[in-house]
Amino acid sequence: MTATSATPEPSEGPLRTVVRGVSLSPELRVGLPGTLALALVATAGRAIVPIAIQQTIDSGLGDGGVDLDLIARVVGFAGLAVVLTALASGWMNYRLATVVETALSNLRVHAFRHIHDLSMLHQAAQQRGSLVSRVTTDIDEISRFMQWGGLNLITSSGQLLVATIVMFAYSWQLTLVVLLLFVPFVLAARWFQVRLTAAYQVVRENIGRLLGVVAETVVGAPVVRAYGVEERTQVRLDAAIEDHRRSAVRAGGFSSLFSGSGEIFGALASAGVLAVGIWLGVGGDITPGTVIAFLFLITLFVDPVLIAAEVINEGQNAVAGWRRVLDILDVPPDVADPGDEGLDLPPGPIGIGFEDVAFRYPHAGETAQEASGPVVLRDVALTIEPQSRVAVVGETGSGKTTFAKLLTRLMDPVEGRILLAGVPIDRVRFGSLRKRVVMVPQDGALFDGSIADNVRMGNPDLSDDDLELAFLELGLADWVDELPDHLDTRVGERGSGLSGGERQLVALARAYVSNPDLLVLDEATSAVDPATEMRLQRALTGLTQGRTTVTIAHRMSTAEAADEVLVFDQGRIVQRGPHDVLLAEGGVYGGLHASWVRGTSGAHDSA
Amino acid sequence: MIGIALRDAKGPFALGIAGSILYAAMSVVASLVLGWATDEVLLPIVASGEIDGQLLVVAMLLIVGVATLKAVGVVGRRLGAYIAQFSLQSQYRRRVTRRYLDLPIAWHRRHPTGELLSNANADVESAFFVAAPLPMAIGATLLVLFTGGLLVATDPFLAAIGFSVGPLLAFANWFYQRRMRSAATVAQQARAEVSEIAHASFDGALVIKTMGREDQEAQGFREVAEDLRDKMIRVGKLRAFFDPVIEALPNIGILLVLLVGALRVRDGALTAGDLVTFAYLFRLVALPIRVFGWLLGELPRAVVGWDRVERVLQATGRMDHGDQRTTGEGGADVRSEAVGFTHPSSVREELSGPVIASVTPEGAGARGVSSVSFDVPAGRTVALVGATGSGKSTVAALLVRLFDPDTGQISLDDHDLKDLGRDELSRNAAIVFQDAFLFDDTVAENISLGAPVSSEQIEQAARLARADGFIRELDHGYDTVVGERGATLSGGQRQRIALARALVREPRLLVLDDATSAVDPSVESEILRGLSEAELPSTVVLVAYRQGSIALADEVFYLREGAVAARGTHEQLLQDVAGYRDLVTAYEHPGEDADATPGDRP
Repeated sequence: MTATSATPEPSEGPLRTVVRGVSLSPELRVGLPGTLALALVATAGRAIVPIAIQQTIDSGLGDGGVDLDLIARVVGFAGLAVVLTALASGWMNYRLATVVETALSNLRVHAFRHIHDLSMLHQAAQQRGSLVSRVTTDIDEISRFMQWGGLNLITSSGQLLVATIVMFAYSWQLTLVVLLLFVPFVLAARWFQVRLTAAYQVVRENIGRLLGVVAETVVGAPVVRAYGVEERTQVRLDAAIEDHRRSAVRAGGFSSLFSGSGEIFGALASAGVLAVGIWLGVGGDITPGTVIAFLFLITLFVDPVLIAAEVINEGQNAVAGWRRVLDILDVPPDVADPGDEGLDLPPGPIGIGFEDVAFRYPHAGETAQEASGPVVLRDVALTIEPQSRVAVVGETGSGKTTFAKLLTRLMDPVEGRILLAGVPIDRVRFGSLRKRVVMVPQDGALFDGSIADNVRMGNPDLSDDDLELAFLELGLADWVDELPDHLDTRVGERGSGLSGGERQLVALARAYVSNPDLLVLDEATSAVDPATEMRLQRALTGLTQGRTTVTIAHRMSTAEAADEVLVFDQGRIVQRGPHDVLLAEGGVYGGLHASWVRGTSGAHDSA
Repeated sequence: MIGIALRDAKGPFALGIAGSILYAAMSVVASLVLGWATDEVLLPIVASGEIDGQLLVVAMLLIVGVATLKAVGVVGRRLGAYIAQFSLQSQYRRRVTRRYLDLPIAWHRRHPTGELLSNANADVESAFFVAAPLPMAIGATLLVLFTGGLLVATDPFLAAIGFSVGPLLAFANWFYQRRMRSAATVAQQARAEVSEIAHASFDGALVIKTMGREDQEAQGFREVAEDLRDKMIRVGKLRAFFDPVIEALPNIGILLVLLVGALRVRDGALTAGDLVTFAYLFRLVALPIRVFGWLLGELPRAVVGWDRVERVLQATGRMDHGDQRTTGEGGADVRSEAVGFTHPSSVREELSGPVIASVTPEGAGARGVSSVSFDVPAGRTVALVGATGSGKSTVAALLVRLFDPDTGQISLDDHDLKDLGRDELSRNAAIVFQDAFLFDDTVAENISLGAPVSSEQIEQAARLARADGFIRELDHGYDTVVGERGATLSGGQRQRIALARALVREPRLLVLDDATSAVDPSVESEILRGLSEAELPSTVVLVAYRQGSIALADEVFYLREGAVAARGTHEQLLQDVAGYRDLVTAYEHPGEDADATPGDRP
């Protein structure tokens, strides 16, 4: 479903990926010898019928008339073998499905948990979609491939092997003829396969582009309409649709020609077998029945090669998907929980210390340790007293959000260290850290569920009464009453049923019930209507009471009311102090403040 | 549906079916040739011990010749099927997307984005997936008939024995497909569940991290993943059981034919060669029957896909245009007379799937307008101010005719918008949305959108939108490709490009729907001041929140509950209208708001 055209050319071979993948999912090897043995039995069954025909014609219908006894024995025996091989093949299919699905299900969960430990998940919102495909479509592809393609590959190679063995048993001369005649076919198959792979790669790229253009048309419909650019859009669409059609037909053409060539090579082999067979037959080396059996066995030879080429094609997607899953597992968790060796934060209010902290973002593909992106924060050294209220201000890109993320250990600094209540933050157990330090993100970040569900995430043991009490204490009881289903109102996907301000109200309530000692707030930037605005302020007052609070401020009023303001500019703290003092100093803060006053009345921002 | 497919891709299907028939015929001939070669060439020569070179060459040529024809047939069949399948896909993709461009925005709003995307992609694809096996199935029918006739002609008794396996096979197949379909549907649902949980969880990664809920999340994910695993194993089990049965049945048939055939040979009713032919033909029939099963298995999926495609093609509702032209110059004269409009978002055509409350521009609060009347004289700048849900964005959208009002009318230069020619309105008016939408194209193309403007004009517009500076710093300046939906740019940058897009057209009516909300406040005031200083030949209607922006307007319309409650200059309204005063000063001193209790100040 997802187009993965953006993937660069693989740096490792498919085989290497498969080996790496299997070593990471050892469950795949469970009972593998047994499954392979069953596969051999199952494919051996395919030779039974040609042998039975040969036996019947040669021995049963020989010159001495019809030997019914013999034929009955042959047929009975073959019938039994057919049933047994069917059982073997069924059993093999079942084992394969169970093993593959179990292994992949574990891989899925493993990757899911691992991704949650990667800070890139919340750093790069645009990558989220592709991270989702790591645990969904990529793994679905592997499963489909292993059960269809992998199975076919096993049985096909088994078939090839069994057919060759049987043919050798009948007549090594004729076998040589067949093998010789198949050399050009195998070469042709290779030729076709290279072209098919390239052709399907183009198809995949074109599908990706087609999806993109269609999405633009649908999502951008208001712009298309308002600007009257329907025709231009149509031209783009038609081009993408036509490109896809043309490339798909081209790939189909190669595939068609390839299966046609299979027929011809099969016939060449048959003709060769007939000629050499007659020649040998005349010489008395083999019987006519052997020749006839060979004519049947040849079809067993063509199919596996055709199937293998097809499987290798389909396999490209699966192997690429597998590689992507493995690659993400290779990224070390950059913000790791010290676990049992970690410390708990001492009880009581939390003070903050930054010691020469610097941070830079990694480029795409880099781990946090190798980060070589632009420096977004440098030389940050400060202490914040317990229970003080600090506002952080600065232009877009000044580093204030990075500061907040370091403070809550959503990321680790590249240089320097951060202390919470005197304890280095990376020594604090997550259990303790997440309980005592809570961040309220800008957009509220809600889950599809009721308001009560969302708030309970902050404290799962909360009773219904406590929940209502929390809203009452925050002065939000009247808001809850206005909602259609009160606390049971569903918030919709990502809270889309609520306005931006309302989403943050829920997030504030969630923070409130978890009762943290350090609260980090990212103020909402979008404008909210006055009623919600007032409630937000009221709730904030209740929430921040008695806690250390660091607020990324987008409102003048927040900075004015803070005990201290930190002014960020180009990754450094350039000013700090109470509002009045800073205002008198002028500087960056003076500029920010002036533009606040001039341009807006408070609610604003920056992306 | 198969009829539609055949109708819309006649040529390719003709090729495919011809190829298929050739293939089927040659398959039969090939078995005849083999039988003949056994009886007349192989056995006599080996028996006599003398090689008849001529006969042998003829036999070899026949084998290869027939196979070549067979190969031609196979290539024709498959190629025809591919061409048919993909040309049907592209035809219907074009038709569906044309409908998207034609149908009114109101229709778009009623349908979730995901659904429209899958209509044009996955649904079209599955609707015509049946095209692929169709020629083969038709060829297969003929093959079965051919073979059947041939077998009956050779030996009716033996044919009857052999074909007794047929109904069994058909039944097994039918049963298999039926069971498989329900198992596969259940698995598909489980797969959707996995994807949904992963999406939600990764989207909320920040909260999960801050709340330390990673393990609970992983546990929840494990549950759905294991559910999917169990359902997939069930599918695998079904296949494990049925595949071998379906493979074994024809083999059993051949063995029966051998046994009974031997009896017939003994009785002199059949030659050994006939028996070989028989066995060979029999194997040929087994495959087509599987193809039928496959076709039947695909059909339900195709029908569902087709239904969904058809729903788009037959969707009604269109926006009619008149043929009037407006000849005015400079700012346009805009009038709204008793306009009422209700958003259709509450009425979903799609009943399945979760209903998300908001798809309208103002979020959950959008309730349309009840009766809006105003006039904006040419060249004036007017601000629409109102609380969430008061109808500001609705009015903005109505002004550029994204929707038609339910009641009343909106006119531009005294022409009802409905009477204007198709491109007349977009030539005269431009809107900039809060959610700036960029196409995956260069910056310059995103600004011009194909309009005949020079690069100087583009840069001029970008300067006015305060976008020129950052655009020049991009890797390729104005030729930088912005990525899907402008992913490489920040929200404020996207908004400024969208603004330049509107400005470059020198619209006579410029509608700004909170168009600079993501821009740094200092830049925003620069932009707005720049706009007013540029003395654009435009009437400007802006939806605004911030006092700084509002103050730039000549006049303010204060909207409340879907109607204009008051109008006047910002100062007048501040003085005279309490509701307005509360609204626009709410952000300034939140703690001092009239309703707040003393001591509540942050």
